[in-house]
Amino acid sequence: MFQVRIHGRGGQGVVSASQMMSVAAFNQGLHAQAFPSFGSERMGAPVTAFVRIDEAPIELREPVLDPDLLIVQDATLFGALDLFSGLTQTGYVLVNSQQSLRDLGIEDAVRSLPAGHVVTIAATELAWQYLKRPTPNSVLLGAFAAMSDWLELAAVEQAIQEKFPGKVGDANVAAARAAFSSINGDG
Amino acid sequence: MLRQMEGSHAVAESVALCRPRVVACYPITPQTHIVEHLGMLVKRGDLADCEYINVESEFAALSACIGASAMGARTYTATASQGLLYMMEAVYNTAGLGLPVVMTLGNRAIGAPINIWNDHSDAMAAQNAGWIQLFVETNQQAVDVHIQAFRLAETTSLPVMVCMDGFILTHAHERIDMPDQAQVDRFLPAFEPQQMLDPDNPVTIGAMVGPEAFTEVRYLAHHKQLEALGTIEEQAQEFRDIFGRDSGGLVMSHFAEDAETVVVTLGSVIGTIKSVISELRDRGESIGALTIRSMRPFPKTRVGRMLKNARRVVVLEKAMAAGIGGILAQHVRWSLGTYSVPIYSVIAGLGGRPITRPSLRRLLDRAVKDQLELTHFLDLNIEEVDRELVRQRSGALSGPAAENILRDIGALRASKTG
Repeated sequence: MFQVRIHGRGGQGVVSASQMMSVAAFNQGLHAQAFPSFGSERMGAPVTAFVRIDEAPIELREPVLDPDLLIVQDATLFGALDLFSGLTQTGYVLVNSQQSLRDLGIEDAVRSLPAGHVVTIAATELAWQYLKRPTPNSVLLGAFAAMSDWLELAAVEQAIQEKFPGKVGDANVAAARAAFSSINGDG
Repeated sequence: MLRQMEGSHAVAESVALCRPRVVACYPITPQTHIVEHLGMLVKRGDLADCEYINVESEFAALSACIGASAMGARTYTATASQGLLYMMEAVYNTAGLGLPVVMTLGNRAIGAPINIWNDHSDAMAAQNAGWIQLFVETNQQAVDVHIQAFRLAETTSLPVMVCMDGFILTHAHERIDMPDQAQVDRFLPAFEPQQMLDPDNPVTIGAMVGPEAFTEVRYLAHHKQLEALGTIEEQAQEFRDIFGRDSGGLVMSHFAEDAETVVVTLGSVIGTIKSVISELRDRGESIGALTIRSMRPFPKTRVGRMLKNARRVVVLEKAMAAGIGGILAQHVRWSLGTYSVPIYSVIAGLGGRPITRPSLRRLLDRAVKDQLELTHFLDLNIEEVDRELVRQRSGALSGPAAENILRDIGALRASKTG
């Protein structure tokens, strides 16, 4: 089983990101479960969402306590919460930020993770460029498709199109592709 | 067809496949996406011949359902938490009148203090209202049980409440095998009411009944509930035959038959419990679980038979009756009759507190050694409770307990980070 915890703030599409990730996994023939942390929802408040992906049906109903992937949509949360809690030793970290790991103050926290498992990407800026909106979720899903074998870009694109039909979906797909290419080094 | 979808949307589409003629809802918190999605299906024309009534309160929602059902229409509504309490008079009336309304309850806590999160307090507040109450473990069961609920309601002339965990199921996206219309039509025939208001053949529904007949009417309600025990099992079997999957009947067993320790529970928490039970069984522990799927009627005989050979029973539930403790635990005790099996009552997950594997491991490790107290509150912060009790006993104006505890916990957090 692959477990994901997504941290962000209300309005950034954290819950949508978890839903689209589960749909992408479903599109690949996998079982997936996505659910939010059910806080009082308001713009700017910390929001957490969870995803589980597995080849077998998923029965667990607890929040994700030991994630294999941590997506941080808002780097200002590093000072407010213990985001790394429970992260597995071979886990992945994907951070939406223009800053380096050192400037973010998380260099030590991610030092022991395998090579290529930690990525920072200016997802909000990419989202502005493609969507004219500060919602980094599609960008981050595209980036993760480049980081691991768990998600395929085509499945992510299909999930985005289902969530946002028409032109909005096209723009989100373009943003996800741009992120995918930038991580793979061919952008 | 396999689809990845939110629990609420899946239930809305399942209800739509049942061709309700009237859906009456109050769309504001506490509510789920179910009624929003049904509203869209009606507006888009995907759910034909259905009157969708947006009403001004939960009381009005169920009252409209009562009227529509008495006119012979297949009728549906959904609510949760305080919404159920606000319609409570109509909840009793629906059952008392024998009207086969189907209602989804997206289970949530009841205030005060205000809390929007999941537990089973709302369902337990209505356990004696005369409705059939079915609990589901997964969103697939939620989809399937709604289809069975209409059939069951109309066969028995009793209203059916489908209880699904608020947020944990209603807001979870997962894989659903959505039935097709032909399958549903095969399983669920057109509604043929047992009683109907008809201007051409006027009758009274809801007459005043005095002491001369009230006991008989009430006895009949009890009798009908007990008869439904058989109907639920028969229809579950028929569902299996038509839809090709087992969505369960009165109870669901997970190695419960021959286990020394049996965990009894309600709703979706069984998923996490199963995971811990698998670990314990791998270690050689004789442990299983039994999920109660029908809270009303309560399958007393079946539960007693399945538990009588156990060495101990652990009843884990997301509700509590202040002054006595576990509610499901009382039902299990009653079901065991004269069998002297020890029952440990565990209260867990109140107001949305996560029930985690680490907590369940600690709990069941102690339970299998008979080291658990007879009533146990999972993950209770007893230091904080004691602090508030000291405050209250000080004799001064100690203030509201909930706010005091929040302030304490906030202070503790600040001292950790500061």
